[in-house]
Amino acid sequence: MSPRSSDWWYDEAAGPLVRPYALVSGRTRPTWGRLNLATQVRAIRTSSDTSSLSVEHLEIIRLCRKPLSVAEVAAYLHAPLVVAKVLLSDLIQRGDVITSDASRMAVAPDMNLLQKVLDGVRAI
Amino acid sequence: MASVQSEELLVPASVKIVVAGGFGVGKTTLVGAVSEITPLRTEELLTEAGTEIDDLAGVEGKNTTTVALDFGRITINPEVVLYLFGTPGQDRFWFMWDELAYGAIGAVVLVDTRRLDGGFGAIDFFERRGIPFVVAVNCFENSYSYTEDEVRHALDVTDNVPLVMCDARDRESCKTVLARVIEHAMSKLDHAVA
Repeated sequence: MSPRSSDWWYDEAAGPLVRPYALVSGRTRPTWGRLNLATQVRAIRTSSDTSSLSVEHLEIIRLCRKPLSVAEVAAYLHAPLVVAKVLLSDLIQRGDVITSDASRMAVAPDMNLLQKVLDGVRAI
Repeated sequence: MASVQSEELLVPASVKIVVAGGFGVGKTTLVGAVSEITPLRTEELLTEAGTEIDDLAGVEGKNTTTVALDFGRITINPEVVLYLFGTPGQDRFWFMWDELAYGAIGAVVLVDTRRLDGGFGAIDFFERRGIPFVVAVNCFENSYSYTEDEVRHALDVTDNVPLVMCDARDRESCKTVLARVIEHAMSKLDHAVA
């Protein structure tokens, strides 16, 4: 069985085969603090050395070749949100993953954005 | 720098609508009716020690609770993605709501006329934080239908809060609910600017 396969880490009946916080060495807080559930993250091509990264870090880079939210990364990784945030913040600090500018997810979305969302919802 | 800006443009903006309501009222059904993906589930782990600790060493014996959040996604265009987050059904997970509500366009409070009390907590939460919300009455088969006035009276919501009857299984019905939330947010923004 390939250790790269995400299935290796998860069993339908038993749940995660590795204790969740073992994936992040017991860390419970992301080092990069602005990750919300809906924050968009995306992997970018870099020439960085990935030899120190864990299987989960590499899995996140693979998942994020297209933009995803933090919540989607956690769901696809079968990991709790806080674990996904810690791993993502590692990658953001290394420059392997970029995120939407926090100011673009404004506390109060502007009228222009709301109109786009309204048009989009009506069109689905 | 130009290269950084072009990379930022590769990351869409995200917006959220929160779908709240009591346990079993149909939140995930509503999300699934309009989402482009089968609703995903993500979990947050909580320990008795709370979130104020940096290190979990020594807490192995404490109870761990899992809070599940179901959510869906609607790609509006390549630059904007809308997420729909269902709130945890149990009231003891209120603290999760702050992160859910942060930056949200607005919220749907889904209620079931057989158990209207399931909506009170959510209505109170959004009212106190000034988050635009609509009340959507999920019209289950075999449930007695009440008039809008009766539901408003029972929930103690004013005419300023839109109230819409819906079927959480029906895509068009749920699209209407979401459109009402966005329109309501726009009208509140308009008042705030004026």
